[in-house]
Amino acid sequence: MPGTLPDGDPAPADGRLPEESARSFGSRPFGIYVHVPFCRTRCGYCDFNTYTATELGGGASQAEYPGLTARELDLARAVLPGTGNGVETVFFGGGTPTLLAPGEIGNILDKIRAAFGLRPDAEVTVEANPETVTADSLAGLRAAGVTRMSFGMQSAVPHVLETLDRVHEPGRPAECVKWAKDAGFEHVSLDLIYGTPGETDDDWRRSVGEALSAEPDHISAYALIVEDGTRLAAKVRRGEIAAPDDDALADRYLIADDLLASAGLTWYEISNWASGDSARCRHNMLYWTGGDWWGVGPGAHSHVGGTRWWNVRHPSAYAARVNEGVSPAQAREILTPAGRSMEEVMLGVRLADGLPATALGGTARSSAERIMASGLLDPAAYRSGKLVLTRQGRLLADAVVRDLT
Amino acid sequence: MSDPAQPVPKPGRTDQAVIRNFCIIAHIDHGKSTLADRMLQLTGVVEQRQMRAQYLDRMDIERERGITIKSQAVRLPWEHEGTNYVLNLIDTPGHVDFTYEVSRSLAACEGAILLVDAAQGIEAQTLANLYLALEADLKIIPVLNKIDLPAAQPERYAEEIAGIIGVDPDEVLKVSAKTGLGVEDLLNRIVDEIPAPSGDPDAQSRALIFDSVYDTYRGVVTYVRVVDGKLGKRERTLMMSTGAVHETLEVGVIAPEPTATEGLVAGEVGYIISGVKDVRQARVGDTVTNSAKPAAEPLGGYDHPRPMVFSGLYPVDGDQYPDLRDALDKLRLNDAALVYEPETSTALGFGFRCGFLGLLHMEIVRERLEREFDLSLISTAPNVIYRVEMESGREVRVTNPAEFPAGNTPGSPGDGSAKTNTGGKIARVFEPIVKATLLAPSEFIGPIMELCQGRRGVLGGMDYLSPERVEIRYTLPLAEIIFDFFDQLKSRTRGYASLDYEPAGEQEANLVKVDILLQGEPVDAFSQIVHSDKAREYGLLMTSKLKELIPRQQYEVPIQAAVGSRIIARENIRAIRKDVLAKCYGGDISRKRKLLEKQKEGKKRMKTIGRVDVPQEAFVAALNTSGPSDNDGKQK
Repeated sequence: MPGTLPDGDPAPADGRLPEESARSFGSRPFGIYVHVPFCRTRCGYCDFNTYTATELGGGASQAEYPGLTARELDLARAVLPGTGNGVETVFFGGGTPTLLAPGEIGNILDKIRAAFGLRPDAEVTVEANPETVTADSLAGLRAAGVTRMSFGMQSAVPHVLETLDRVHEPGRPAECVKWAKDAGFEHVSLDLIYGTPGETDDDWRRSVGEALSAEPDHISAYALIVEDGTRLAAKVRRGEIAAPDDDALADRYLIADDLLASAGLTWYEISNWASGDSARCRHNMLYWTGGDWWGVGPGAHSHVGGTRWWNVRHPSAYAARVNEGVSPAQAREILTPAGRSMEEVMLGVRLADGLPATALGGTARSSAERIMASGLLDPAAYRSGKLVLTRQGRLLADAVVRDLT
Repeated sequence: MSDPAQPVPKPGRTDQAVIRNFCIIAHIDHGKSTLADRMLQLTGVVEQRQMRAQYLDRMDIERERGITIKSQAVRLPWEHEGTNYVLNLIDTPGHVDFTYEVSRSLAACEGAILLVDAAQGIEAQTLANLYLALEADLKIIPVLNKIDLPAAQPERYAEEIAGIIGVDPDEVLKVSAKTGLGVEDLLNRIVDEIPAPSGDPDAQSRALIFDSVYDTYRGVVTYVRVVDGKLGKRERTLMMSTGAVHETLEVGVIAPEPTATEGLVAGEVGYIISGVKDVRQARVGDTVTNSAKPAAEPLGGYDHPRPMVFSGLYPVDGDQYPDLRDALDKLRLNDAALVYEPETSTALGFGFRCGFLGLLHMEIVRERLEREFDLSLISTAPNVIYRVEMESGREVRVTNPAEFPAGNTPGSPGDGSAKTNTGGKIARVFEPIVKATLLAPSEFIGPIMELCQGRRGVLGGMDYLSPERVEIRYTLPLAEIIFDFFDQLKSRTRGYASLDYEPAGEQEANLVKVDILLQGEPVDAFSQIVHSDKAREYGLLMTSKLKELIPRQQYEVPIQAAVGSRIIARENIRAIRKDVLAKCYGGDISRKRKLLEKQKEGKKRMKTIGRVDVPQEAFVAALNTSGPSDNDGKQK
């Protein structure tokens, strides 16, 4: 969850959806995101909507959190016309979802099951910081119905972890992967961050190498972005550390892509690599392909049939609304046809599956030809009716999107 | 005139013998407006509770910058030794850009107060205006102000002033305009020392226009000093230089608000309103007469304002072009010296090439356009006017460097690519020059001479005003002065030097046009005419500046500086390698979309030169830093 909420239109207090959005519910895959807004400590680079215990007041404590999610799920059930085809994916993100006990996560899953039904092949992912899990807790999560773990490894290099304020020991993520596999998890992912101030190309190679040697079936690698309002941004502003350099970020991306590809993980989205189709994160794919999802928790974003909304950010404000039986939505946005097609291009072009050329209008197609000529789109894919970025194109994806929309 | 029962003289019926017309010559911050304020209070025309600082400066810009742009004339009653006198204070603009206006204000007076800060001594422009006043045969009353300041050195500067105007140091009056100390004495000395006007009250009427101001409600208000005869309130006036005839709607005096009167007689100062809508129809320096009984000869000294400095003004938002045109049309009503004509730039779009009296004039116009008309503008670096003689004998006047004829130097082959290649080779190029006077503590002689030599200056002479202060005279190309000269002078002399200059004709010079090319395409807004010895320096400056300002594109972009077809400097903007948001934004699709939409908007606002997208801000930044300094060279 990002730190800043976009502007939008007012959302109705009862959470009701526009008729045309509600009507089509069930015709697309449906997922649920559960935002767990707690962390033990706040990392200097992070602008996500999360709070340490001391930052929280009235009615929003960690202990009461599962109860609040149950109430919002009741609201979701009342607002949505039916259960669709059951829930395909659940994603516990944060914050640090593993600050909840496995049993609490299990209770939330039970609630989801009761409200909408959970498909037998559903993907249930939990994000975790390596220092917050043990072999036992992972076994507990697996037993509670979680199918996929995603560990925030970020780096294998001590000085990089220190700059990022990450508190785990460098070897811990590999251990977590092993424990998870032992607990019966088929899908395990590691998250990495590149471009941290002070990180060298060799540091990065080492991080990717160590991540690979733990043998997860999925790796995400994100560039460090200095977000306004973070401690990191303050340090950059004061000149204490240098902002990540774009050329260095490009180099790191290519290093990662080379190492991951040669280890058998191929890219399926600009920042995501998987060992095969079944190892892709289905929940994220749902985001990127126009699926429906309900985001539960403070600051969580939802989308159903062309309507996007987002909840109030602060856990106390969220708790107050939910306890009063009022929709926690702060604002919403009903996408225009232009907005929808912009999003389709913006999200679709980032995928290895590519964007169908039929999604483009006339002028965008001639732009696409030009972009292909400059080496950013794959010609073979284009001939078969798809826009797929080349490696250079992936690094310039935003420019491609701007030219296509 | 010693009859104690004599009443306060009425405007339109005032005997010349009791009139004293004077102005104040002073540098910025030496206290002219404060002294005027004090005089308004002492003579009782403004009561304490109505008083505001800088009472006579009407424009916001005047108050903020502490300068006087428009003249004012205020009628002050003053009783001295039993006689009621009328003192007309004519408030003059005091900047090197407005020398002509100053000279006309001086011509309306018989005397001048030379006001000098007792802590700082005389400054170059004050000296220049003092010389103008002496030439006009004005009686000078030397005054040291701010004698209450701890840093004041009245004895030392009294000596200096006395030396310059040739009086005894004891004759220099010492006042504090702030506390009012000595101001009463000064008013008495004005009566005693400044001669009364001596025009012919019975002759055909002749009045000198020393300013005209456009007022939205009343049309043009023309400030005049009647020299001969009488201007009545129901007459038709004739402007002697243009032959234009106007019905007089109102005649009056400023006391200190406009007050209508029956008329104005010889020696008096006041205003005329005649329904004129444009200050060009009531030009400073022109002579007003009665159209029914016109004078045979105008008063001397009329001159047409000539623009000296040119700059292209463009709206940042191209849609504002019509607004810019309307705004210029409106400003022109009040500014007879402003000239402009439409011009098109491939880089900046539609705009105007504007001519100004000087840098301050340019800054003021720009600031008023932005402030009063809510426009956002880009201006090109200021340039002077060049006269180019072609070998064919044809002559070209260049006010926009981009239009400098191809074939830069005599004998060098033209590259034939410039749109203004009018055929033929350049025989000779002439540039305007000025005679500059610099005043500074003598320890700065070295740095000043070094600066002036570096700017192609020719030393004209040097005089010590006192053992510590020196006057240095140089002939300099005007182009060198408008390019960063004030800033350099200020920094090399720690702010102690002051500068004045006046046009001194033209000289032939080895000048070339430097073009700046982006990916081989010339960017007209960056073309500049410079001395051939400085071409490379300019080229290096602009290419390195642009390299920092233009964002990286998807391909490498060469930035070159060229004289004709010869490349004299080159930089490269490397191709961008990463333009992607590689961060996990979870389900917040809206944020990502809005970010991209914002970037698309930003791209729309860019100007495309060839294939290169250049943000508006890059033009602004690249053009701005070489602009004029901000507060130097002004005086009030």
